Amino acid sequence: MGSSGLARLQGLFAVYKPPGMKWLHARETVELQLLKGLNAAKPPAPEQRVRFLLGPVEGSEEKKLTLTATSVPTLTTHRLVRGPAFTSLKIGVGHHLDARASGVLVLAVGHGLRLLTDVYDAHLTKDYTVRGLLGKATDSFCEDGRLIEKTTYDHVTREMLDRILARIQGSHQKALVMYSNLDLKSQEAYEMAVQGVIRPMNKSPMLITGTRCLHFAPPEFLLEVQCMHETQQQLRKLVHEIGLELKTAAVCTQVRRTRDGFFRLDDALLRTQWNLHSIQGAIQSAAPRVAAELERNLRLRLGHQQLPSAGQPWGSKDPSSTVEVESYSGQ
Amino acid sequence: MALLLGQIPRWFNSIKLSSFIKASQITKQSARPGKTLSNGFSPQALLLSSDNCFLQWEIKTYRTSSLWNSFQSANSNRQENSSLQSTLLPSVSEKPEIIPSLESELPLEELDDLPPLSPMQPISEEEAIQIVAHPLLPLSSFTLGDYIDHSETLQRLVQLGGQSCAQGILCQPASRQLLPEQRKGQKGERGVDLSKIERHVDAANLLLRLDFEKDIKQILLFLKDLGLEDNQLGPFLTKNYSIFSEDLENLKTRVAYLQSKNFTKADIARMVRNAPFLLSFSVERLDNRLGFFQKELELSVKKTRDLVVRLPRLLTGSLEPVKENMKVYRLELGFKQNEIQHMVTRIPKMLTANKRKLTETFDYIHNVMNIPHHIIVKFPQVFNTRVFKIKERHSFLAYLGKAQYDPAKTNYVSLDKFVSIPDEVFCKEIAKTSVDDFEKFLKTL
Repeated sequence: MGSSGLARLQGLFAVYKPPGMKWLHARETVELQLLKGLNAAKPPAPEQRVRFLLGPVEGSEEKKLTLTATSVPTLTTHRLVRGPAFTSLKIGVGHHLDARASGVLVLAVGHGLRLLTDVYDAHLTKDYTVRGLLGKATDSFCEDGRLIEKTTYDHVTREMLDRILARIQGSHQKALVMYSNLDLKSQEAYEMAVQGVIRPMNKSPMLITGTRCLHFAPPEFLLEVQCMHETQQQLRKLVHEIGLELKTAAVCTQVRRTRDGFFRLDDALLRTQWNLHSIQGAIQSAAPRVAAELERNLRLRLGHQQLPSAGQPWGSKDPSSTVEVESYSGQ
Repeated sequence: MALLLGQIPRWFNSIKLSSFIKASQITKQSARPGKTLSNGFSPQALLLSSDNCFLQWEIKTYRTSSLWNSFQSANSNRQENSSLQSTLLPSVSEKPEIIPSLESELPLEELDDLPPLSPMQPISEEEAIQIVAHPLLPLSSFTLGDYIDHSETLQRLVQLGGQSCAQGILCQPASRQLLPEQRKGQKGERGVDLSKIERHVDAANLLLRLDFEKDIKQILLFLKDLGLEDNQLGPFLTKNYSIFSEDLENLKTRVAYLQSKNFTKADIARMVRNAPFLLSFSVERLDNRLGFFQKELELSVKKTRDLVVRLPRLLTGSLEPVKENMKVYRLELGFKQNEIQHMVTRIPKMLTANKRKLTETFDYIHNVMNIPHHIIVKFPQVFNTRVFKIKERHSFLAYLGKAQYDPAKTNYVSLDKFVSIPDEVFCKEIAKTSVDDFEKFLKTL
């Protein structure tokens, strides 16, 4: 029945957005498929209206009339008269993915829309695999942009690349601490830093929490990047800058998100699985994890607010406190 | 237009006496028992007349004349109570403009002698029971659901194709119970979809005014003679509701024209089913279009006929995209005329394909998959599939090293199997892997 189908369609789930598709188009395709599935459910029995009809009194010889209440079927609620039962669904999108990138895209439907803000406020990190190509530079940092320069890359070695990535990670680590607004001199902040849980809980520029090289075969190389508050174009720019650091040029050929918060590649649904049944299954399997993670992050965020912050007097609990977002250029 | 009740008395005062007689004459003439008619009839008056002032006085006069009838108990004919069905479903054909010629039982002079009305007047039990106070139908509405319970035409249109009686559309909708077949959800409701028609205001008004027995049934029988099944009539009428305003003679002429062009009866039925607007085109227009396709594609008469039967919306759709696509094939994609003819006879949909998708598909197939023209001509189905499907499957085969589309060499993958078979068969036979591997690969793209 449609109502039970809708009842199980409340929560968060992840889809795998293929490259070349806009995120809005993905969301609309999912909405269409869900509506198709919901409208295909068996229509309810035709509604009955109570009418008081004139009729002869039973068991009387004369023709006497009386009003009897009878249930009469009515066509006002028929599918063909009223239209399909469901015409639109509210589906929210988590962190965007631009058209050229691919990967895990979190969607929320029904009550999950409320959880979406909580997920955003949890400021979780995301994992990307970024593929780069040495030897040329373009204006849009992608392969199909306008070519700006071509260089040689024979001098580039794996160690050089690793060193540069380590330097990037180190400078971003410093920025992490700065934007998280904590006074590192306190004991609680030190413990958090030891566990590696420090991250800004409010707006900040793109911050890389970890990066390493998975595969290096010149001219191609594959990086894994863990970051937050990023856009895919900034990751492509990062590849371009890595090329500059290596004294050569590089373009980015692929940006793919492998993890968004606690949704991984295994949880993401492929295009063939964008239908009512699979999505309901995905929502139900993800629901306990979502609840646990959000609760953990809520505690963390509350604890974060209570800690002494670097530039503020102790005890101020304003979560969206003043940090000017400077344009941070990766050093 | 919404009607305020306060306006009615003013209208009532300005009624001419003759029009008052009209109303009472009609009330007398309708062979139905007294009171239950009037309130059931006034909605019909509302449905039928398009003139607002006509509407306004009728409401009041019917109510008045019904109560006045109660004082004419000596005069009025007490007719037997017919079954309630007929009172609640008065036929829509009764038009108030038709003034019956029989003299009224209420001569002009007696009108002044009639006692004034008063709600405190005592009336008998039977009369009390027969006062019916249904809520009035809305004067104007944006949905046909408000009127469907009072209009037999609409009910029979919705239940078209779902009845199991032997005569099909000819029999009445069996009492007020919906048949079991209509209750369970079929694979697609097979009646006329009123929710789509009510978006077009003129169409909805037309359907409300038509009578099933007189106007609609003739056209439905004509369509059935053509070869359309009962359950195909509903979707046809949803698309082409304006066929009710066509002349039956014109429709017959057009069918005769098609038959003269050597289209068989089954062909014509198929064409009409797939392109519902075909019969709304005049003979000259159909002729022009058939001529256009014959000239443009330079095909023989028989092949043009087959093409049009397979895709009749070529005749009803716009011709500009077809001209554009022919130019694209010739100039941009570089196919020769006989190649285009061959491809179009195999896949007629290519003529109406989207230009951008066409160029994108061709670009990928020719430049990335490196398939030359003469092989593409052999498999025009590639232009009918989604681009992403082709890209995914090709990149998977390229990753496995099995992307070989040249029939001369070994391990040849034919393009028709490449695009048409479902995923499981593709993975098992062509890629020789499992579907899981294909999915894992897709997640690395």
